[in-house]
Amino acid sequence: MASWGEASESRLIGKRIPRLSGRDKVTGKAKYTFDINRPGMLYGRILRSEIAHANVVGVDLSEAEALPGVKAVIQIVEVGNKIRYQGQEIAAVAAETDDIAKDAIRLIHVDLEELPHVVTEADAMAEDAPQIRDDWAGNQSNPNVREEGDLEGGFAQAAVEVEATYHAPVQTHVCLETHGNVAEWEDEQNLTVWASTQGVFGVRNDLAGSFNLPANQVRVITEHMGGGFGSKFGPGVEGRRVAELARITGRPVKLMLTRKAEHLVAGNRPSMTQHVRAGATGDGRLIAYDMKGHGTGGISSGAGFQAPYVYDVPNLRTERVNVAVNVGNQRAMRAPGHPQGAFAMDSLMDELAEKLGMNPLEFRRINDPSEVRQAQYTLGAQEIGWHRRNSVPGAGTGVKKRGMGVGSGQWGGGGGRGTQARVTINSDGTVEAVTGTQDIGTGIRTAIAIIVAEEFGLAPTDIMVTVGDSGPGLPSGGSGGSQTTASVAPVIKTAAAAAKQKLFERIAPQLNAPVGDLRVGNRTIYVVSDRTKTIKWELATGQLGMDSISEGGEWDEELRQGGVAGTQFAEVEVDTEIGEVRVIKIVAVQDCGLAINRLTTESQINGGVIMGLGQALLEERLMDALTGRMLNANLEDYKVPGTFEIPEIKSIVFDTHRKVTGIGEPPCIPTPGAIANAVYNAIGVRVRELPITPDKILTALAEKKA
Amino acid sequence: MEKFSYVNATSLEQVTALLSDSGWGEVMLIAGGTDLLAELKEYVETPKTLINLKTLPGMDAIEADASGLKIGALATVADIARHPTIQQHYTVLAQAAGSVATPQIRNVGTLGGNLCQRPRCWYYRDENTHCLKKGGDICYAVDGLSKYHAILGGDPVYIVHPSDLAPALIALGASLKIVGPEGEKTMSLEEFFTLPAANPFRENVLEPNEIVVEVQVPPAKPNSKSFYLKAREKGAPDFALASVAAVFEMDGKTCKSASVVLGGVAPAPWRSKEAEAALTGKMVDDTVSKQAGADAVKDAQPLNDNAYKVTLTQNLISRAAMMATS
Repeated sequence: MASWGEASESRLIGKRIPRLSGRDKVTGKAKYTFDINRPGMLYGRILRSEIAHANVVGVDLSEAEALPGVKAVIQIVEVGNKIRYQGQEIAAVAAETDDIAKDAIRLIHVDLEELPHVVTEADAMAEDAPQIRDDWAGNQSNPNVREEGDLEGGFAQAAVEVEATYHAPVQTHVCLETHGNVAEWEDEQNLTVWASTQGVFGVRNDLAGSFNLPANQVRVITEHMGGGFGSKFGPGVEGRRVAELARITGRPVKLMLTRKAEHLVAGNRPSMTQHVRAGATGDGRLIAYDMKGHGTGGISSGAGFQAPYVYDVPNLRTERVNVAVNVGNQRAMRAPGHPQGAFAMDSLMDELAEKLGMNPLEFRRINDPSEVRQAQYTLGAQEIGWHRRNSVPGAGTGVKKRGMGVGSGQWGGGGGRGTQARVTINSDGTVEAVTGTQDIGTGIRTAIAIIVAEEFGLAPTDIMVTVGDSGPGLPSGGSGGSQTTASVAPVIKTAAAAAKQKLFERIAPQLNAPVGDLRVGNRTIYVVSDRTKTIKWELATGQLGMDSISEGGEWDEELRQGGVAGTQFAEVEVDTEIGEVRVIKIVAVQDCGLAINRLTTESQINGGVIMGLGQALLEERLMDALTGRMLNANLEDYKVPGTFEIPEIKSIVFDTHRKVTGIGEPPCIPTPGAIANAVYNAIGVRVRELPITPDKILTALAEKKA
Repeated sequence: MEKFSYVNATSLEQVTALLSDSGWGEVMLIAGGTDLLAELKEYVETPKTLINLKTLPGMDAIEADASGLKIGALATVADIARHPTIQQHYTVLAQAAGSVATPQIRNVGTLGGNLCQRPRCWYYRDENTHCLKKGGDICYAVDGLSKYHAILGGDPVYIVHPSDLAPALIALGASLKIVGPEGEKTMSLEEFFTLPAANPFRENVLEPNEIVVEVQVPPAKPNSKSFYLKAREKGAPDFALASVAAVFEMDGKTCKSASVVLGGVAPAPWRSKEAEAALTGKMVDDTVSKQAGADAVKDAQPLNDNAYKVTLTQNLISRAAMMATS
């Protein structure tokens, strides 16, 4: 049975190894899609609607077409179409310079007949709201109802009850590299696209379908990409249109979204509102849970969230609806549905625990079925110093008050079939590993190098890794669902093992030993039963001549496993006069199976915590009801964490087994709940709406005082 | 942005001559450009000509002597923040300058530009929203989202003045040297700023053909203590939710005189005579400082989303007053 071996046998796997592309990234040598410039390249721009809801009455491209330097103008909406949100694509241009392209889109004249819009959930759910989706009465989907156990019977057993409303607003992905592509046609049948994507084969297949080409005549390259978080799986409208512009003009075209468009149309995390009534027994068992909730994913559906979350509730009823608004659609965003669900659930848990007069950690221990988290609670509590926590919330004296909180999360992330890879040993001793996955930023290149280097007794820097290119025709899935490492690692490992086996078969006769006795380490192949029999790595591979070894890999179920649990503890300091929340420390205890590279695993945890902190304290998409437009489609008023906001983060990779799992998403889940509970513990007033900004703190404190 | 022609300034006479024929917006001045460029890129301003002031010699000097401070309009925010005399004797100004945006912006943003910068209001900055400030019919903040808007002096336009330097300089009693076609004039910085009731379109009394050239600050009084406190949602870069520039002349714990100017809460830097009166001549303690805060906001008229600024402003003032006693 295949295995990753024992930790004691691993020379590289599980160690902390610097990212291979780190130097290129910090020196600017790494080429992102934004950096790709092709000879004769044109610049593309998209004209977008500033009206949230309208009928298209007329589109006149003639003035734009007449502007010197404009090479192509294409219409995206047709007369009679409906505009359903701000940012919807109307037309696209390609021009000699980006400035000309910008001027050109302003010369396109669009005649829109405005329709009544709704851009907030409150407006959409109002009784006299305009109907913006024909299929959803009252702009709401049919309720999704789940019932388990006996709800009223459960409440009858409850010693305490909490009834509360929790809300998390829409958050946008804020990929630092906006969505975009450079498209170039070699001839009418062969298209190359440099894409900022988390799924090179998904983009390839989509574009091949759009242009009716055999899939292998579209090549998609993503050498480096600046963040996706679930929003960059397909080529999108902008990807298909840039390829079209390139085909019409016969020249390469670059089209990257503006920051504004990125906020408007490139996806978002749906909002969540939960009205919850829940009860617990006198001995601290969560016994009844009744939740009615809604959220919006824009004009589309998809506003799901986890409720209840993580903890056991025997008797429950949940009812949820999607609300349609005239705003750009949601897309998957780092652990879809989880962080907002966790925030509400962990807030509720603390409220119940307080009514019971119980330490919230004890209350969790009683109700959390996960053995892994049970152990994490102990470790995390030690690390944060849980014993220092206010036993009475808000008890501290002085203006600045400290508090601690805890939150929990879970995720799948076990990988799956669908990756092909090759490992090649060349006669000069170099080793290549090629697969069609892409580095979304988590360091899969380095992980691949580590696995191959471990197998061959080489250093990670000895391995030439190619990812992010569909050209070699070795498909892999999109980097989503925290699946990349667990999908790729088994195939890389079996490919490397097969290549090694082939090399041993060639060398064994010379060493006069059975193939099974050969081992490799320290750039030397040796015979395990007679260590005097050795051959240097380069001497061995030198004998391959033109007949290099190149082996594919196979999926191996035994090398991976799904399901992770995480717990985070937060310590915060709240300035009660100015409402500022400063996070002092986050302890993130994250189970992730076998961490191929402990260093980049910790980085992923750090990144998740920072993203969760942004959701907890800063981020919110603000829609203006009257104009139908987003007010903060920038990075001035849509605030993401900066260096001043980053606390001490203690990322603990919690080893539970030696199978690869993947944890891109889960570390962002427990953070908002942990911070919200810490804020409550500090000031004794609960803020049930994210983000927890100074206005909410001051308002809550004033209400408490009154 | 729209196309414009770009002229390097050679003299103030040339600048005022170029400005003189046009109203607002046709010919515009650029120094650091940290505010203007964003307006051009968003098509909020579409000038035909930009005059680059950075080519004017000597206008970036900072002179500090017994007669006070003279700061040229082209001095950068970073120059002000790190000037040793300003740090020592005009602390409020150094602190305010240090709180502006980011190091990159402080390195290029100038004093003149900081004082004359336009509002950050999200309705004003949106090309497609024709608000009252831009000649439209309504201030969208009144019924719209108003978290960052004015609680004092708003009617009929509820923008807030974004400058950090202005409240600090007004608290220090600064005056402003302005050059126009008829020559130069000096006015108090406090009088330079106006409220929307007087002119909804502009934030100050500068004429389209005038240019701010220098700020003068009287010598710091002995036994004075000064502070700039700025509340924001994010460490940097972020504009003030509310800020307080305060200069106190202290005799032990007794406040002999107080100068309290608020930022981020009104369409102009807001001098709080009420807070000053509540502190002047008093032995400053918790009660007195709280009273000063309360007096400062007693006429506040918050909109839907910004009532928190009333509390915040009040607390910042009392905090500043208490800091003067230690």
